[in-house]
Amino acid sequence: MPEGLVERERVYSVSEVTELVKAALEVAFPQVLVEGEVSGYKRAASGHVFFTLKDEKVSLNSPVLKAVMWQSHARKVAFEMKDGLKVICRGKISVYEPRGDYQLYVDLVEPKGKGALQLAFEQLKAKLKAEGLFEPGRKKKLPLRPRTIGVVTSPTGAAVRDILRVLERRYAKLRVLIYPAKVQGEGAAREIAEGLDHLGARPEIDVIIVGRGGGSIEDLWAFNEEAVARAIARSPKPVISAVGHEIDFTIADFVADVRASTPSAAAEMVIEKEEAFQERIDSLARRAAELLRYDLQERRSGVADLARHRIFQNFRIRLLNLGQRLDDLDGRARNVVRAERQGLAEMKGRALLQAEKLVHLVRAKQRDREGAWERLSAALNALSPLAVLKKGYALVWRDGGLRLVRKVEELAAGETVIVSFYKGEFQAQVRGVDRKKLLESRFLKESS
Amino acid sequence: MTNMTFEKALAELEQIVAKLEKGGISLNESLALFEKGVKLTRFLRGELDKAERKIEILLKDEKGALRTEDFEPGEPEEDDDGEAK
Repeated sequence: MPEGLVERERVYSVSEVTELVKAALEVAFPQVLVEGEVSGYKRAASGHVFFTLKDEKVSLNSPVLKAVMWQSHARKVAFEMKDGLKVICRGKISVYEPRGDYQLYVDLVEPKGKGALQLAFEQLKAKLKAEGLFEPGRKKKLPLRPRTIGVVTSPTGAAVRDILRVLERRYAKLRVLIYPAKVQGEGAAREIAEGLDHLGARPEIDVIIVGRGGGSIEDLWAFNEEAVARAIARSPKPVISAVGHEIDFTIADFVADVRASTPSAAAEMVIEKEEAFQERIDSLARRAAELLRYDLQERRSGVADLARHRIFQNFRIRLLNLGQRLDDLDGRARNVVRAERQGLAEMKGRALLQAEKLVHLVRAKQRDREGAWERLSAALNALSPLAVLKKGYALVWRDGGLRLVRKVEELAAGETVIVSFYKGEFQAQVRGVDRKKLLESRFLKESS
Repeated sequence: MTNMTFEKALAELEQIVAKLEKGGISLNESLALFEKGVKLTRFLRGELDKAERKIEILLKDEKGALRTEDFEPGEPEEDDDGEAK
């Protein structure tokens, strides 16, 4: 060092010079936007994030800018930072004294070219999709008969009002249990996830609606967060997502078992299930009644047949009945086929083949009996249970007339029965029961 | 879990209709099935009638335990989702 230098110029300590450099940098770059590609990305256990930025075209001597993002800022980054991502960082430039490094202290980062939220959305969507969370196969069906609906939403929001309005309008007899949750802002995703977990664990809940009214992408953001997506995915109960208006698709919509475009639409879906259920019961009851009527009619024909023509006619009458049933059979075969899947196509073929065979058989037998057929069917149609009784048949009752005896097995010797005719009845005591004797044998004996 | 027995009843009713549909059974069986079907229908309709609308909300008490309370939707606070700001 040249003589006298020390006298003429000020000598700094390392700390002092570092302090000066730091101050100079901070004054020069209190806030700067830097665009670059992320490399060496690292997230420390503390949540602080470290990386370097470099320009796109790099050579051996390309500069790099070290960057750090404290946990308090880093946790607000919605998308996933990773190497190779092109970003724009905002921050001040300062010095890390222990290393003598200058670096960019980032407080805000955005992916280049698209919004941070959009990238976050795409990233999470891709991730969950890769995990199979959107697979149609894992979607739960809405319950046959929803009776208690859980709703996770804001109790003061538009969603809950809309849902209740729909229930009101449709006179839906349903129980609704609301889990109040923040649906936007800090902590919303956590509250929504908690609500889903809580309602999912309640045994009385049949289906859960999770949602809110429409809003901006920021407003709806909670429904794009992983916590909500995971809570929906693990819910043991079917979940209907009902977020915003028609055009807004959220991650929650993809994971949910059913997506409704609005909270009102979600409520409609649940009520439709309930209504469909009532209709199903009604239609089953109707069908049972029809079938029984049909069955009775058939059997009535059989009885009349036996009475008029004795058993030797029975076989031919049965064939006639078969003829009567052909249209019906064919219709049913078609119905069955329409309702069921391809597996039954073969059955249809067989059913139709059988039907055809029967047609041939019956037609052949029919030709020589057309006249008898006409007379008979008129006679059969005229028959009703009362008409049968009018002809001299009787009904046997037991238990003081409370129960109709349909089988001889129901009777025991010594029992008192009531025998009722079309007009009038008498009481009788059963002297003996023969379970084997056939009605036919009585007819045969009479006629022989 | 009345829902369980409810679904059972419905399944049974369906089976009955299927059996009647299939035919080839005695009159006694037919009648017995039908009677059973009527009973099931009555039960199912009764259960449906029993249902009522009830709106409740879960509230946290001081200890953080949840309890249910009847819910009356208040006046809309805002045109948005009424999020507490």
